[in-house]
Amino acid sequence: MYDNPDLARTTVTRDIKIAAHGCQVFYGDTHAIKDVDIDIEDKTVTAFIGPSGCGKSTFLRCLNRMNDTIDICRVVGDIRLDGEDIYDKRVDPVQLRAKVGMVFQKPNPFPKSIYDNVAYGPRIHGLARGKADLDEIVESSLRRAAIWEEVKDRLDAPGTGLSGGQQQRLCIARAVATEPEVLLMDEPCSALDPIATAQVEELIDELRSQYSVVIVTHSMQQAARVSQKTAFFHLGSLVEYGETGHIFTNPTDPRTESYITGRIG
Amino acid sequence: MPVLWLVLIVFALGALGFVLGRRRALGGAGGDIRLLHSLPSYYGTNVALLTVVPALFLLGIWLLVQPIVVDAKVSALLPDSAISEGTTRDLVMSDVRRIAEGLDKAVAEGAMTHAQARDIRAEFTDVRNRLGAVGVALGSRVGAPELFAAQRYRRIAGEGSLAMTGAVLALALGGFALSLIRTTPSFRARNSVETGIRYVLIFAATIAVLTTIGIVLSLVFNTIDFFRLYPAWDFFFGTTWSPSFGGGSDLGILPLLWGTFYISIIALAVSVPIGLFAAIYLSEYATPHVRAFAKPMIEVLAGIPTIVYGLFALLTVGPLLLKVFGQDGVGLMQAGTAVVTAGLVMGIMLIPFVSSLSDDIINAVPQSMRDGSLGLGATRSETVRQVVLPAALPGIVGAILLAASRAIGETMIVVLGAGAAANLSLNPFEAMTTVTAKIVSQLTGDADFASPEALVAFALGMTLFVITLGLNVFALYIVRKYREQYE
Ligand SMILES: Nc1ncnc2c1ncn2[C@@H]1O[C@H](COP(=O)(O)OP(=O)(O)O)[C@@H](O)[C@H]1O
Ligand SMILES: [Mg+2]
Repeated sequence: MYDNPDLARTTVTRDIKIAAHGCQVFYGDTHAIKDVDIDIEDKTVTAFIGPSGCGKSTFLRCLNRMNDTIDICRVVGDIRLDGEDIYDKRVDPVQLRAKVGMVFQKPNPFPKSIYDNVAYGPRIHGLARGKADLDEIVESSLRRAAIWEEVKDRLDAPGTGLSGGQQQRLCIARAVATEPEVLLMDEPCSALDPIATAQVEELIDELRSQYSVVIVTHSMQQAARVSQKTAFFHLGSLVEYGETGHIFTNPTDPRTESYITGRIG
Repeated sequence: MPVLWLVLIVFALGALGFVLGRRRALGGAGGDIRLLHSLPSYYGTNVALLTVVPALFLLGIWLLVQPIVVDAKVSALLPDSAISEGTTRDLVMSDVRRIAEGLDKAVAEGAMTHAQARDIRAEFTDVRNRLGAVGVALGSRVGAPELFAAQRYRRIAGEGSLAMTGAVLALALGGFALSLIRTTPSFRARNSVETGIRYVLIFAATIAVLTTIGIVLSLVFNTIDFFRLYPAWDFFFGTTWSPSFGGGSDLGILPLLWGTFYISIIALAVSVPIGLFAAIYLSEYATPHVRAFAKPMIEVLAGIPTIVYGLFALLTVGPLLLKVFGQDGVGLMQAGTAVVTAGLVMGIMLIPFVSSLSDDIINAVPQSMRDGSLGLGATRSETVRQVVLPAALPGIVGAILLAASRAIGETMIVVLGAGAAANLSLNPFEAMTTVTAKIVSQLTGDADFASPEALVAFALGMTLFVITLGLNVFALYIVRKYREQYE
């Protein structure tokens, strides 16, 4: 039924990049995330799966404090990036978001040129030493997002004029350009056609060599194809977390099994 | 019969038609709704529509056409000898209409009987005095031909009104009877009502369009009349504005345009930054609580009538500025009424206008744009400056241009706050005036309506109209250009 997850995938233990303990999220009175503990590894693709509304996006947004921008949202618990509490008072969420980049469900290029889209992060964070340096950052980011060849002749054209798949890769390039350590992706392929999806998946696999990637996905095939670790959420709780191959072939929790076999939707 | 009664009768007939049509349909189906083609109220509405709409339509047309026809007929009766040197047939006709009105009024107030009004002779009665007694002032003595024409006028108009009453009632009754006869259970009343409603809507839209055209045409014709009496070059390029009602006025528009422009610039300089920043705060920073409180507060500002702003300018802002910049202060200002006074107050008036339009536009920028920027580690103000505002720019430019049109068209604040002197000066502490304020003063004076001093109001209005139209077209152009760039 699925691409057969490679059971023999090497399971070396990598460094822990993000560690969450006792994480709770409330939207007003709604208890959206209930006591989630998870260790996300470096240089790994971690997939969050689960039925709609189970809190995948909410939890993902805790990891770069994007939930701070929602007035009614309250986060409790301990989330550490490289051992440092990201909800500590001394941490500047703005700086944190530069380190933990995010790619959204719908491609959202700014109404600016392709070049300015990619240069946006480096400019606000002062990452480039000069024009030449910035050009280089833009080019290498676009190359890493596997879109350089398609856009190198029209860097001045508006980013909004690209196709959906190109836009999403542009958004990935934009996120990569700020040199993040973690890349969060919330259903990055749900608005894309199969060909664009394949391109983005390939890209995610390449990004793994440098970043810790966390991807929310609705498609279990996709989780199986791109991730090494999978976390299954249900009704705000983390039900099961482990090696992707293990989760898909041999889930321990009956709820995971029901979901994977299509009985919880 | 007064028109009001006629309208009421038609409506009463329509209401009766609704009840009868509904009952007849139900009766025809033996009380079983399922046997009817349409719901019973549709049959009622159908009868009501057919009774009321054609009759009122006829009434409207008749009321428009009758005065023209009567005028033409009576005017043909006036002998050339009745038109003395120095007047025109039009002027005599307007006298005739006034006399006719006066006679009507005298009859209505019981100062004359019908027979008297019909038969009095200028040779034997001082009509001017008798009409003066009931409050109708006439400019000159009433001569025999005018009085005779006025009596004819009354007679023809009276006959016309009678015919109108008859025709309208007949049409209403005809529609009533015809539609009631056609009311059978199989009659497609629903479709018929649908068609009827469509015509009513088309009629409303036509009236809106025709009125616009009518207003523009009246502006154009009067402006042309004005330019026959006064050279266009002197109007557009003259630098003095000094109308004198005796004739020989200088009617240069430049000082007025300059005043309009200067005051509007000050108003925009006040309202655009404040309004825009307020909108940004409200839509990007404020918590829901603050927003729920502050937004209505700002909108209250928009509900204040401009005359109140004018009083505010005259009684509060002017004296305040005078205290600071006047003789006792900096010494720049002579009186409270000045360009700054009007500009500042007009700016305050425009704040809610700019802020609520910008607020809507900023809110229309998709949240995903902000998320994208915040997700890259941008601060809120960076996000606003680099993503939200550029995306909202076309709309904001549109809002500013709309505010500019309002500023250009504003009158009351100028009249009370800026003084009445037409001045070509750079000093914002001097009194100046604008095109709109001068339109008012030209028409409220007692100049002859056909003199250039009065007609200039139309030329001023036309100029203003062209400027505002140009501004709006320009706004659309900019909006479209940016939209192309961003989509
Ligand atoms: N901005 C918000 N305000 C209030 N409730 C929210 C908000 N976002 C999400 N929720 C609620 O939190 C729960 C989890 O939502 P979400 O994280 O979007 O789920 P998922 O991404 O898994 O589909 C849902 O019940 C949803 O209604
Ligand atoms: Mg989601």
